[in-house]
Amino acid sequence: MIETRGLRKSFRSRAGRETKTVDAVRGVDLDVAEGEIFGFLGPNGAGKTTTLRMLATLIEPDGGQASIAGADLRKDPAGVRRRIGYVPQGGSTWDESTAREELVLQARLYGITKADAHRRAARALDAFQLSEYADRKCKTYSGGQRRRVEIALGIIHEPKIVFLDEPTTGLDPQSRAHMWDEIRRLRTEGMTVFITTHYLDEADALCDRIAIMDHGEVVAEGTPAELKREISGEVVLVGLDAASTPRAAELLDTEAYVSKLETVDDGGLRLYVDEGAVAIPQVLRRLDHAGLDLRSIELHRPSLDDVFLTKTGRSLRES
Amino acid sequence: MKLARDTWLIFQRQAQLLLRNPVWLFVGVFQPVMYLLLFAPLLKPALNAPTQAAAYKIFVPGLLVLLAIFGGLFQGFGLIAELRAGVIERSRVTPVSRLALLLGRSLRDVVSLIAQAVIITGLAVLFDLRVFIGYLLLAYLMLALIALMTSAVSYGVALKVKSEDALAPLMNTVAQPVLLLSGILLPLTFAPGWLQGVAKWNPFSWAVDGTRALFGGDLSNDKVWQGLGIITVLAAAGVFWAARQFARSVR
Repeated sequence: MIETRGLRKSFRSRAGRETKTVDAVRGVDLDVAEGEIFGFLGPNGAGKTTTLRMLATLIEPDGGQASIAGADLRKDPAGVRRRIGYVPQGGSTWDESTAREELVLQARLYGITKADAHRRAARALDAFQLSEYADRKCKTYSGGQRRRVEIALGIIHEPKIVFLDEPTTGLDPQSRAHMWDEIRRLRTEGMTVFITTHYLDEADALCDRIAIMDHGEVVAEGTPAELKREISGEVVLVGLDAASTPRAAELLDTEAYVSKLETVDDGGLRLYVDEGAVAIPQVLRRLDHAGLDLRSIELHRPSLDDVFLTKTGRSLRES
Repeated sequence: MKLARDTWLIFQRQAQLLLRNPVWLFVGVFQPVMYLLLFAPLLKPALNAPTQAAAYKIFVPGLLVLLAIFGGLFQGFGLIAELRAGVIERSRVTPVSRLALLLGRSLRDVVSLIAQAVIITGLAVLFDLRVFIGYLLLAYLMLALIALMTSAVSYGVALKVKSEDALAPLMNTVAQPVLLLSGILLPLTFAPGWLQGVAKWNPFSWAVDGTRALFGGDLSNDKVWQGLGIITVLAAAGVFWAARQFARSVR
């Protein structure tokens, strides 16, 4: 659905007399499959929005190529525009207009006839549970309602791909959960969804695949599970008293599913395994069989933040 | 066809928003009316005009050109608010014609200016101003072209500077000499030679002379065609430049 090769963009900024060139995006290669929710994860200023804006034809790349739903970004931006929807980060509704007016206008800007635009607007208002407020001015809406109008605006022409730039930033937890449901609904309707986020839990819970971006480059790409497994696998913490620890270590060290074993100072073991959920029952059985007294068992799964830390040397929460 | 349709869509929306908040009409008419009531009476003795109506024949066209210049130049403010709200970006991801994004807005400004002009001319008629209707329509054409140019330029500059804080002083700086050098308030026939020489380079001075000639019923005056010609060329250039700003990347 989306294929980019070496997409680049730099900006010139002036500070006093000096002109500085900032490489916002330095060669991004992406492959997004049809019907997936693809997430772009990274700290603010990583180049996520710039990449998105290039893909949405709003800024011209300095170099590289991209094909979006079969249209070439450089040669046929008008073709790209017809196939995509874009929901910007900072909002896109006008205070003094109503949701219905905005939806009808947006549909008509895509060349849709008046009657059809009204039908589509009514359908979208219904689908996004906005019918009740459809004829009120946008300035009277709550943050969550307004965001739903904006998403409805982005998909009024039924695009193949919709780009959502930080769709849940600034929403309260409830509206956020609601927004996730809306985004999943877009996928069930057959759309490919491309979102940017700097929330780890959002990328984890919502996205089928993610690309982690830092300093204008993609540093990792895969499903959230793959990425997490890739860095260190999972860790099972086995709580034992000091006396039985050596015997347990001896028993478990030979097990095939344990890739690495460490002894914890005051008793207990740390087992590095591929999949904790599979390893735990086996550990339990083995130790029980040997009559060793198990005090506790704990599974530590690496988070996407661990992935980010491994790839960039920084924690996403810090940056 | 697509251009006309897209322009109409943008025009419709902008006009609808304007009508929803009709304060503009009051504000837009109140100030010129104050000029008519409180400033124009000074003109009869100052211009040595035989009647009040004769003074209006000189003053009203200048006032209307002034409105067209200022009304247009300050339209950019609304666009900056739209930029900030993300409305422009939302339009730019659609296949809508870039020229239509500009033309729809500028034509709204032209129509609202002509509405103002009609009201003001009507009031001046109450004060015994008499103009032949055909000449008046030509004068309105001149005003429309001026407003088209100034509003287009204002939109283009707004897209470039993207901030009210930069736009306001910029527009004021442009508008002031333009105003003084066009003989809007008092005809430049009173000006010393060097000032007249400088004013020759101000296209608006030609527009004002042309409009005055039309109000004076002097269609054969060359200034009419020269003024219309100059302003048409400038309006086309302004629209071309501003439409390019809409097409180029804006944040």
